[in-house]
Amino acid sequence: MRRLHLPRWLRPVGQATGVSRWIFWSGVVIVAFFVLMAIFAPLLAPYGFDQVSDAAGRFPKQGSPDGTNLFGTTVQSTDVLSRVIWGSRTAIEVVVLAVVFSLVIGVPLGLFSGYVGGRIDRVLVLIMDALFAFPYLLLAIVIAFLLSDKLGQGVITAAVAITAVYVPQYFRVVRNHVISVREEPYVDAARALGAPRRTIISRYVLQNVIQNVPALATLNAADAILTLAALGFLGYGIQPTEAAEWGYDLQRAIDDAGAGIWWTGLFPGAAIVLLVTGFTLLGEGLNDVINPLIRSRKTRKPEIPVEGTGDRGQGREPEVAAKRSGVRRPEPEGGSP
Amino acid sequence: MSSEPPILDVRDLRVWYGTEGLPVRAVDGVSFEIGAGETLGLVGESGCGKSTLGRGVLGLLPDAAAVAGSVDYSGRELVGVPQREMREMRGPELGLIFQEPMTRLDPLQTIEKHFRETVRTHDPDLDPEEVRRRSLESLAGMGIPRTRFGQYPHEFSGGMRQRIMIALALVLEPKVLIADEPTTALDVIVEAQILGILADLRRNFDTAVLLITHNLGIVAEACNRVAVMYAGKIVEEGNARDVFAAPAHPYTRELLRATISLETTGLNYIPGAPPSLIDPPSGCRFHPRCPSAMAVCADRVPVEVAAGGQRVSCWLHGPEDQVPEGGRAPLKREEFRMAEEA
Amino acid sequence: MNRSGGLRTYVLTRIALAVPTVLILLTMVFLLMRVAPGDPITAALGARLPAKELEQRKKAAGYDKPIIDQYGEYLGQVATLDLGESVTDNRSVTSIIKENGSATLELTLAAFMVTLMVGIPIGLLAGRFRDSWIDVSGRLFGIVIYAFPVFFLGFLTQLGAGEVGWPTSGRASPIVDFDLDKITNFYLVDTLIAGDWSAFWDVLQHLALPALVLGLTISGVLIRLVRVNLLQTMRGDYVEAARARGVSERRVVVNHAFRNAMIPVVTVAGLQFAILLGGAVLTEETFNWPGIGSELIRYLNERDYIAVQGIVTVFAVAVVIVSLLIDLINAFIDPRVRYR
Repeated sequence: MRRLHLPRWLRPVGQATGVSRWIFWSGVVIVAFFVLMAIFAPLLAPYGFDQVSDAAGRFPKQGSPDGTNLFGTTVQSTDVLSRVIWGSRTAIEVVVLAVVFSLVIGVPLGLFSGYVGGRIDRVLVLIMDALFAFPYLLLAIVIAFLLSDKLGQGVITAAVAITAVYVPQYFRVVRNHVISVREEPYVDAARALGAPRRTIISRYVLQNVIQNVPALATLNAADAILTLAALGFLGYGIQPTEAAEWGYDLQRAIDDAGAGIWWTGLFPGAAIVLLVTGFTLLGEGLNDVINPLIRSRKTRKPEIPVEGTGDRGQGREPEVAAKRSGVRRPEPEGGSP
Repeated sequence: MSSEPPILDVRDLRVWYGTEGLPVRAVDGVSFEIGAGETLGLVGESGCGKSTLGRGVLGLLPDAAAVAGSVDYSGRELVGVPQREMREMRGPELGLIFQEPMTRLDPLQTIEKHFRETVRTHDPDLDPEEVRRRSLESLAGMGIPRTRFGQYPHEFSGGMRQRIMIALALVLEPKVLIADEPTTALDVIVEAQILGILADLRRNFDTAVLLITHNLGIVAEACNRVAVMYAGKIVEEGNARDVFAAPAHPYTRELLRATISLETTGLNYIPGAPPSLIDPPSGCRFHPRCPSAMAVCADRVPVEVAAGGQRVSCWLHGPEDQVPEGGRAPLKREEFRMAEEA
Repeated sequence: MNRSGGLRTYVLTRIALAVPTVLILLTMVFLLMRVAPGDPITAALGARLPAKELEQRKKAAGYDKPIIDQYGEYLGQVATLDLGESVTDNRSVTSIIKENGSATLELTLAAFMVTLMVGIPIGLLAGRFRDSWIDVSGRLFGIVIYAFPVFFLGFLTQLGAGEVGWPTSGRASPIVDFDLDKITNFYLVDTLIAGDWSAFWDVLQHLALPALVLGLTISGVLIRLVRVNLLQTMRGDYVEAARARGVSERRVVVNHAFRNAMIPVVTVAGLQFAILLGGAVLTEETFNWPGIGSELIRYLNERDYIAVQGIVTVFAVAVVIVSLLIDLINAFIDPRVRYR
């Protein structure tokens, strides 16, 4: 890992110490795993997400894991393993859409509001704060519910419902950044030196903002998956005929718990936990790595060499480094001790 | 110099911080002594290691710092002493006041609580009335009225907070007080007050004071002796008046020239920037920026000699027998290179 | 320093600021409800009643008036705390809130206790022993537990509870529920008032799992917050100054660092309340807890928009009130906040 030549803005990633590095890369691996699973779902899943039989015949109802159905079957005779794999595709799709929508709406709005200030800013802030104060699940439910009449209960609806919940977050973070950067002395200095507005925004504000958004986006992705699953659990998410969704599966599984049937809920649930953990680790890792204040570097107590004469005597400094500053020495090395 | 043994005798102190690569040699072989009732000023630019020195004496260093050398306090060696013993000495024997008074008090606790904690830590069985009496007396000495004893830190101005900090340090009656840039964050008038307080200490309590600052004016006003620090080492040390009247080391000279006064007509500055403490220049650490640099300066670490009434580490003052043939020729160099930031 | 009447001014200002927020929320709720096609009466009862009666009901409920009038009426209703009656089963919204609201409140409070008792100690320990195995496992625990959807954790506990015979549904066993004199509608309190220990234990058993599950999932956020705050305060200037006076490390950490670290926690703990309400909905569905969340779902499914509007309004206002309370508590704890 030491050989990685990262672009400048990613360099802190390579410098992060043990724990942070571990966190970051674990997150990357887990998320990558699911993304690959989502992309290659048709190849990986043994059966379709609503397939109830194969060449050998119909699948058993709530059958325990066996040779044909590695993770067992559900009460509707669908294969749990396949639904878990197809479910990852749904999750990744919805989350990507939701995060992209939220970013595209929230970030520019935040930039605009923070920069423009004044009345517009205050109104926007009030609206966003109110939206933010609203219990997010309720908001998502209501929106999903209302949209389902118009757009049907599919991936888009779920994504939009989730977007509505997260736009205020991006808005807030970005706007606060713009405002605090605006007040920074170096922006004043730049202005005093005659830098045009555009340069100031793009160089100082944007850069700062861009540094923080990825961490926020990954954490939002984690939340989005939970929200999607919650919607699915309550029945306002993706329709079972449209795609497989883990939350929906869990809803069906609750009834199974009393009967001791564990496989219908364990696997979709574990998938949610894993993917959300992956995104969270990624986000935390990014945060740890980018935020220099909390970042802990690997430092050891140094050994102070014991010199016989130290600086009281003659001679050179203990040879700790080989590099010297560019001053020509008239005497060759290896002079008198 | 007084004939009594010094209260604080530091010999060849080194404090190195560990990093991912080479260590930062913040204090790299510093020696000085302070007697009772004396005030020693320690001057230098930012980043020369002064603050580390102050904390190093008290053992208040982060885990990744290594200490070597000797700090003798009244016959007792402090380097290597276990933390528990050190903690007992912090306060009643050695005090430390810091630079930014605004943030040095716990915002959630009243001044009274601060005092109670401080006094009780070292005198747990003291009667609460006595605790209160001592605290109020200390505060009164700093000009803080007793009516404000129960107030919170944010209700005081910066200058008052610094005075509270000093009162907190003094209520334990330390023999040595280290003041790390105590007036840097304060305006000139408050600064004068604080310096007056420090002068009183010297007179009335015989406290030995180490005044760390980058402000030469304060040193001239408030200190008996001065030590000039550069890149982790002390380059000149002596009686304050003498050093300022006739500086022996080129760095001291340049520092004095850079000071602004009413007679200043042009800005003097020392070209270049303070050197890296990770990879300091060879030989004399000041040689890249020294207008009087000679050939030997880049090659050999200067030896400390006496020059006038001062101690100085500079090849300009010898010792002659250790300067090799041709060493006194002026140093040839390409250009002044801006040293990278440490 | 000039004192502007400190605490009192702050309180009044803060309350004043809450009003526009509530207004906006109410407007949002109003608009959201009107987005649905048709009117609430038709939506809920359209299939069941003949057209003429529908028209009558609509008129009686005022749904033929222009939107602005409806808006005004709505705000007026909220101000007088009359949120109307549900269309489908004629319960007044107020009684819905009273009966089911207290169930949710009981659950939420119990869950909140769990969150505090789990989150704060782990967060403090993790921060105090930074980068040690305590820290790593604490953080990992926080992350993973947050990743558990409430209903998944509920599923797992129900699997286990099934084996042991621990109750997983409802607030109390049917007999206990029937016999209980519901004075406050907080079952734990009511059983204590009645002095009935076995009933109390029964209620406690029923409360345990949902509260535990909900509380645990939220604790993840709290752990992280407490830890980060402690890390920051432990390297604070006043902490270093205290060390310089010889104060012991333990005292420094407990008396100075911990306390200061907790300040932002109070705020966020309060904000968690909003999340708790959302999580309550899921928990109630998982454990058949007859709270306001499950009622909301039920009315939503029946298209009873009036009931939904009433419930959502209450939720929204409750969140604003809680956040207001949190700010006031903050002002009380942190003397710096009062002087603006």
